[in-house]
Amino acid sequence: MSGIVAVIDYGMGNLHSVASALQHVGADEVLVTNDADLIRKADRVVFPGVGAIRDCLSEIRRLKCDELLAQALTEQHIPVLAICVGLQAMMTRSQENAGVECLNMIPGEVRFFGNPLKDAQGQRLKVPHMGWNEVHQHTDHPLWAGIPDMSRFYFVHSYYVHAQDRGLLAGSVDYGVSADAALARDNLFAVQFHPEKSAVAGLTLLKNFLEWNGQC
Amino acid sequence: MALAKRIIPCLDVDNGRVVKGVNFVDIRDAGDPVEIAMRYNEQGADEVCFLDITASHEGRETTVHTVEQIAEHVFIPLTVGGGIRSIEDIRTMLNAGADKVSINTAAIHNPELVRESAQRFGSQCIVVAIDAKRVDDVDGLPRWDIFTHGGRKPTGINAVEWAVKMADLGAGEILLTSMDRDGTRNGFELGVTRAITDAVEIPVIASGGVGTLDHLVDGVILGGADAVLAASIFHFGEYSVPQAKAYMAEHGIEVRR
Repeated sequence: MSGIVAVIDYGMGNLHSVASALQHVGADEVLVTNDADLIRKADRVVFPGVGAIRDCLSEIRRLKCDELLAQALTEQHIPVLAICVGLQAMMTRSQENAGVECLNMIPGEVRFFGNPLKDAQGQRLKVPHMGWNEVHQHTDHPLWAGIPDMSRFYFVHSYYVHAQDRGLLAGSVDYGVSADAALARDNLFAVQFHPEKSAVAGLTLLKNFLEWNGQC
Repeated sequence: MALAKRIIPCLDVDNGRVVKGVNFVDIRDAGDPVEIAMRYNEQGADEVCFLDITASHEGRETTVHTVEQIAEHVFIPLTVGGGIRSIEDIRTMLNAGADKVSINTAAIHNPELVRESAQRFGSQCIVVAIDAKRVDDVDGLPRWDIFTHGGRKPTGINAVEWAVKMADLGAGEILLTSMDRDGTRNGFELGVTRAITDAVEIPVIASGGVGTLDHLVDGVILGGADAVLAASIFHFGEYSVPQAKAYMAEHGIEVRR
């Protein structure tokens, strides 16, 4: 039983895909909301994100979604899944939009991929990092259950996360640099890729999230 | 071990039905867009592109509904293009479930739309579609210009320069269609594909003219494309997406399988 899954809505872009993917893998009830009372009743929380980080953060703060996220993580102790800009917003700061202070819930930086970006063979790499890339699993986390190591997930981003505490690294992706693809800490799992757009591998991860008790 | 080259089946949709014309004239009916998108999803397509060629206002509402249905059933990225003119149009399609929106003519009339929409929604969801046709300079050097209205109306804009400008304004991807090749099944126009992929830092999707699996390989290896888009070879069951991927992999191209 997944119970109620609250997808935190701070008004930036389409949360439809996340909600329908969660329903597709058997969520009992999915609420797309920023209502504190509803989120307090939720059994798990998804913190999504799409778009430019400065705008996202200003809406997150204006709607007090950062407080809701903190509450889910440290008071309710329920499983939380952060996705893409949701993950980036939780870091300390980002180089995007000429430098933005983020929520500092996970110490670390969001860095630009660089321009020009080259792979180990000196081949030019396009930015944004857009498409299906292989995720190297660093831990045996319950959210990786049934997903072969080096499975491809769908990425679309120009900035990448580098957490200070390398012990949090649950998955990485090589794209000119080694970028953090997944971070895990207690009841939080945060991914740079889009599980809701990653076909079978992504849907498996979402299904694992619905079954996760929030422990590593 | 790297980012996979993408295969993107394209659905040209008119009033809720998938059609595909030869040079935009002979239109054949290929079926229900939701069913077809689901089939490509199951086959392992890397994305689906939905190009709305409906002219009427009522038809546009059908499109929004179709996009909603596809987004509910298909868990790979979905790009929607055709008739996108304003920030409001973009918002409508993103809210309906599109992951990316492709802007074509509107970018030519108002390039600022690209900048504004990239700032508002993020570059990752702004695709600029370029319809290029070979015109050549007086001295015979190859040159491709942008044409609108299904390839009938010249704009005098150099396609390569335009691609660079669009990337500077914040486009996240270029969808390049050769109007000389579209619907001909003679393969991509590799010259313009290579010229644009070399000129911009953002990914380029090659489109227009795919008739064989070799054309897909050529688009990536000779054209330098990051993704290849095709319609008719998939719609009428000539080739499946897994066949296309197997063929590309045999030719040393990294694909998701």
